[in-house]
Amino acid sequence: MTVVKSALRYSAEHEWLNDEDPVRIGITDYAADQLGDVVFAELPEVGDTVTAGEVCGELESTKSVSELYSPVSGTIVESNEDVIQNPERINEDPYGAGWLFTVDVSEEGPLLTPEQYAEQTEGTVE
Amino acid sequence: MTLKTTALFEAHEALGASFTDFNGWNMPLKYFSEITEHKAVREAVGIFDLSHMGEIFVSGPEAVKGLNTALAGDFSKMTIGRAKYTVMLTEEGTILDDLIVYRLGEDRYLMVPNAGNAAAVSEAVTERLAGLDVTIDDATDRLSLLGIQGPQAQNVVAALGDEFAEAASSLKNYRVTQLTVEGSEWIVARTGYTGEDGFEIITPNDQVNHLWNRIFAADAGVEATACGLASRDSLRLEAGMPLYGNELSRERTPFEAGLGRIVSFEKPQNFVGRAALEPHRDAPPAQVLVGLTSDQRRAGRSGATIVVDDQAVGVVTSGIPSPTLSQPVALGYIDAEHAAVDTAVDVKIRGKALPFVITKPPFYTR
Repeated sequence: MTVVKSALRYSAEHEWLNDEDPVRIGITDYAADQLGDVVFAELPEVGDTVTAGEVCGELESTKSVSELYSPVSGTIVESNEDVIQNPERINEDPYGAGWLFTVDVSEEGPLLTPEQYAEQTEGTVE
Repeated sequence: MTLKTTALFEAHEALGASFTDFNGWNMPLKYFSEITEHKAVREAVGIFDLSHMGEIFVSGPEAVKGLNTALAGDFSKMTIGRAKYTVMLTEEGTILDDLIVYRLGEDRYLMVPNAGNAAAVSEAVTERLAGLDVTIDDATDRLSLLGIQGPQAQNVVAALGDEFAEAASSLKNYRVTQLTVEGSEWIVARTGYTGEDGFEIITPNDQVNHLWNRIFAADAGVEATACGLASRDSLRLEAGMPLYGNELSRERTPFEAGLGRIVSFEKPQNFVGRAALEPHRDAPPAQVLVGLTSDQRRAGRSGATIVVDDQAVGVVTSGIPSPTLSQPVALGYIDAEHAAVDTAVDVKIRGKALPFVITKPPFYTR
């Protein structure tokens, strides 16, 4: 059973985002578990424009590779350099040190509440 | 279809395993982290439940004759207590399965085929040995198989008791012995699929939980790590070992797969697949299996196209970012003219052509 944090919102593509400005984005515990140990994270760069629902990077594990979708449109303010150097942070702490990037948001895509996301992934809200 | 489970299913659940459908078996993919499991095997010891694999006993005065007819290898010179890697061929000379054959006694042999092919191998053996003075016993549903792999494997086996300690220290690589445990026959072999030293132990289903618990008991003196099929795949790929369904299939001959050396044309018996392979004995195959590595970070995965000068010249059959080498490694088939070691090729990965170099597996040796 994977963890869904009650203070965050979620996308159907398994990203979380917080309510800060700029907004911070990462992948969920469920996504990290499904992907397996991440060994390579390609993240959008500072100043890049991202569009809600479109691919903005990729995460590769020993067993698979998965594209990273931005849950919002806007401009990248910061990419997590620690995660690029140490991709295992994503598995160790997907909601904390394993965050991926921050965005100055112009528009949000469709988002889910913790309860909705937990239902979709059979997770536990805490 | 209901997935089959091994006798250790509850033990895996208790450890929090993620499961995957592997050829109709619900098997542990990983327990916590596949990279941790991979490294445990490279640096210490990992334990694998391999009970999905087949166990088929062939015994009787004509067992050798039967094996020589049914399989590509020559079993006439194999001594008792030896193990041998071999392939079973189709009439067309392509690979029906790759398997290990153990000689347990004067007239007694054990075949261990892949899970997905166990039924087909069992059926083919029955058909190919019809009329011979042999008994075929497909024990797949009665027996369990544990892999104990890594530099500390011998210590784990030795900790199971005096007779195991004796077996662990005296068994050489690719040898097998039998032990009697609580009145039942156990088979202990020094074989594996990880590129490390290791053992495989076959027990009756009703004794395997006891063995599993003994291995993980604190007093064994070694910290063993339960390992799933994800790490099994990355370990075998680093060791350059082919996987049936990826590198080996009914579409490929042993010559293409680089396994020509294990096909015996010298043995007295005619064997299934020989007539089809005979014309290819001296002709180099159009495509061959090679290793590929890269200095960039993206891994070429199974199915990715290998390209030279914008022309497709081959296909990746298995590929991963290697946990031990920290670079992408892959196996694949490529047109023979591009197969030389150090040839520069591209692999198409999500639309981009990325540079790889042809190498000779294994990628990792202990």
